[in-house]
Amino acid sequence: MNKCKTSKEIGGMGHSLKRKEDIRFIQGKGHYVDDIKLPGMLYMDIVRSPYAYAKIKKINIEDAMKVPGVVAVVTGRDLEKYNLHWMPTLMSDTQMVLPTDTVMYQAQEVAAVIATSRYAARDGREAVKVDYEKMKPVIDPYKSMDPGAPVLRSDKAGKTDNHIWHWEAGDKAKTEAVFASADVVVKEQMHIPRIHVASIETCGCVADYDKINNHLTMYMTTQAPHAIRTVIALVAGHVGLTEEKIRVISPDIGGGFGGKVPVYPGYVIAIAVSFLVGKPVKWIEDRSENLQADSFARDYHITAEMAGTKEGKILATRFKILADHGYTDASANPSKFPTGMFSIATGSYDYDTSYMECDAVYTNKPPGGVAYRCSFRVTEAVHAIERMTDRFALEIGKDPADLRMENFIKKEDFPWKSPTGWIYDSGDYHKGLLKAMDAVGYWELRKEQAEKRKKGELMGIGLSTFTEIVGAGPSKDFDILGIKMFDSAEIRVHPTGKAIARFGTKSQGQGHETTYAQIIAEELGIPAENIQIEEGDTDTAPYGLGTYASRSTPTAGAAAAMASRKLVAKARKIAAYLLEVSEEDLEWEPGKFWVKGAPEKSKTIQEIVFASYTNHPQGMEAGFEATHYYDPPNLTFPSGAYICVVDIDKETGGIHVRRFVAIDDCGNIINPMIVQGQVHGGLTQGIAPAMYEELIYDEDGNILNGTLMDYLVPTAVESPSWETGHVITPSPHHPIGAKGVGESPTVGAPPAIANAIVDALSPFGITHLDIPITPAKVWKALKDKGAI
Amino acid sequence: MLKEITVTVNGEKHTLEVEPRLLLVHMIRELLNLTGTHIGCDTSSCGACTILMDGKSVKSCTILAVQANGKSLTTIEAVAVNGELSALQEGFKENHGLHCGFCTPGMILRATELLANNPNPTEEEIRWGISGNLCRCTGYNNIVKAIIYAGAKMRGEELPSTEPQFV
Ligand code: FES
Ligand code: FES
Repeated sequence: MNKCKTSKEIGGMGHSLKRKEDIRFIQGKGHYVDDIKLPGMLYMDIVRSPYAYAKIKKINIEDAMKVPGVVAVVTGRDLEKYNLHWMPTLMSDTQMVLPTDTVMYQAQEVAAVIATSRYAARDGREAVKVDYEKMKPVIDPYKSMDPGAPVLRSDKAGKTDNHIWHWEAGDKAKTEAVFASADVVVKEQMHIPRIHVASIETCGCVADYDKINNHLTMYMTTQAPHAIRTVIALVAGHVGLTEEKIRVISPDIGGGFGGKVPVYPGYVIAIAVSFLVGKPVKWIEDRSENLQADSFARDYHITAEMAGTKEGKILATRFKILADHGYTDASANPSKFPTGMFSIATGSYDYDTSYMECDAVYTNKPPGGVAYRCSFRVTEAVHAIERMTDRFALEIGKDPADLRMENFIKKEDFPWKSPTGWIYDSGDYHKGLLKAMDAVGYWELRKEQAEKRKKGELMGIGLSTFTEIVGAGPSKDFDILGIKMFDSAEIRVHPTGKAIARFGTKSQGQGHETTYAQIIAEELGIPAENIQIEEGDTDTAPYGLGTYASRSTPTAGAAAAMASRKLVAKARKIAAYLLEVSEEDLEWEPGKFWVKGAPEKSKTIQEIVFASYTNHPQGMEAGFEATHYYDPPNLTFPSGAYICVVDIDKETGGIHVRRFVAIDDCGNIINPMIVQGQVHGGLTQGIAPAMYEELIYDEDGNILNGTLMDYLVPTAVESPSWETGHVITPSPHHPIGAKGVGESPTVGAPPAIANAIVDALSPFGITHLDIPITPAKVWKALKDKGAI
Repeated sequence: MLKEITVTVNGEKHTLEVEPRLLLVHMIRELLNLTGTHIGCDTSSCGACTILMDGKSVKSCTILAVQANGKSLTTIEAVAVNGELSALQEGFKENHGLHCGFCTPGMILRATELLANNPNPTEEEIRWGISGNLCRCTGYNNIVKAIIYAGAKMRGEELPSTEPQFV
């Protein structure tokens, strides 16, 4: 652990401070969107399509309008009059707000019912009759590329197929040459299935348009309030809702994980209705709507190949991907990287040859592709490389830990340039894996496994030694809708030395109110408890790109440190003035300046702040405030070494996770307790897709598990008791040496679990299983191989 | 057709006119403005809406308001008394048993009954005991720790360390 520079009373970096935000949450005083109630507020419910692909022949609203309490029913045709029936997606594709002619996926929004109560709106919804003409949908992304497949996006002039884009990275010719001459080539076909963030709070909003002042206040579940305000202005600017007339407030959020980044049609309809009727409109989706219609995550079909020597040196990798984007490309990726950070799929290993390509296609499934607790497709990348590393080890009969140790980038080789052009900042992969192996007792476990194999029992040990790529991002590479992905902090210290700081990010449970205060406490020496943190109100916070992809600490955390340093520079001038010495004669430690060689001559930060309002040098601007917009020079590269041990019941295929040790390197740690909590949560969201979760569609595009009854979110029983630890290699270019951690476990855990299960089954010739690896899948694989 | 019901909520008696189909959770949140009780699903799967009804933890989205007629309800707003946190609330805070806080009121009320029935549960009993309540953020480790802590506190025993343990 990094050493604490400040006392517990100040509570700077490294202290496991208890969270400031908890006191309201544990007493039921959190303030979430559905808690908002405004005078005259109307409620909205949404009519959704039962079919995946159908023409809308007629929408009959007469019966609905007769339901007591129903005020209006809105269809695509109604929005069309105001040109509000289409909106841009985050990837500059287009998406229907409400369709005028054709529905494109099951559970798509078809009409909205507005009523004076939640129940009346639901009654109205049931009474809307829609006449559909069913069509045969395109569900399989491979078939969507068939020449005979219907062209789904007939709204796009000149579109003749379902292809969205092609992307590639690396050196194709060089990779082919290495593959052609390598001793060993291994290949697997894998699918990283569609899953869902399923935060416990669903999405929703209260749109409150004030006609007199032409002003919209939008309370909503969003992880990126400023960006959303810009999007609203882009959609509705032509009806007078320009950016300065819009206030987006993101109150407490009950989990986001990337699913609360996109703009969903429900938000836009609520705004349109409030704009048209001049009353506040509340829309809160229910769980089934959330699972069935909100952005999915993953859904990459990957053909993965690795080439190497028979001694075990990795030489090259080749990945070919098909991405199923559903009805529109609404994925959350920086616009220059249609596949996001898949180009980090070369992992933690020292080799210089790789080629990757990806094609994306439209199908009749819900749109999206959110980076679910993941920096833009790094989860898929890590799964591919970590599965293939194990696959290669299995092929040549080498222990996967030894193979990794021999191929890791060495700590003295950082900064290290990857074959796809990224500069890894720092790391010590050998140390991390050794620590994980020690903690789990790796070599004893291997002995135990050998014994068990002799007796016909199934036990597996799986490793995942991943490198993450977070902190989006440097403005030269990263933007969303053209907006550069900097982030911001504004600090105001009041005369009595107590501060308020506001940020462009938005916590959804990550504990920003505590950790940002700790960063400022570390820099200024003002106790963290005296620093109030605010986010999520575009009227008060500086512009920022929001919280997702583990970017808050790397970007806004850095901004907090940089803004603080501006204040320390001002404080030094004031201290020199007060102590009547020159600035160079002063020493600083968090909380005070003193005269070199005369420590009794000192001024505390509180005295200096007071002087900045009451007794500052002539000509100096009064007050004690600073703002910083931080544009990172590079991404940060957290890493991890995870080891999972499983026991498998041969008769039933039942999988028991016996141990799971996770060693993370997220650079310097702000609050060890919070970092550990993030890792626990992420690991559970990693075991979920590895063993339980998948959104399943039949060939007609019906979702088969669209409720929490059958979409298996792990409970406390499925979730193992996680064992966690750290190694620390500070990021050399980050102001506080931090790297970000929130998504590392989500990214790192699935391949560790898959590798453990495949390791257990490998004596029977099983080399790969797609996640989620369920007992039924294990049992079938064993049966197919004649093992049972 | 409205029905008149009388319920005691957090010690206060209320007489309300409700639609027979009104869910208890909506009565609590919207008629009584007690918004600490949350809604996370429409299938009685998540437990975010858990409250105590005559001392027993129930999912208030699974019960009609009319079924609560004559009963006594406790919601998260009344768990702390005179600003004194309950042992469980303290346990959750001290052990980092929550992230976004959305599942937390339900978890605390579920665990209240768990500890009332079994004052010294094992880790496994705790995990099964809260398996009707989903948390998407914490990974449950620290929720389990929080409940163990609260049990020790209620039994008057020495409190387990709340420092994070690392391998
Ligand atoms: S809201 Fe009651 S169980 Fe989910
Ligand atoms: S703390 Fe977020 S759902 Fe439990």
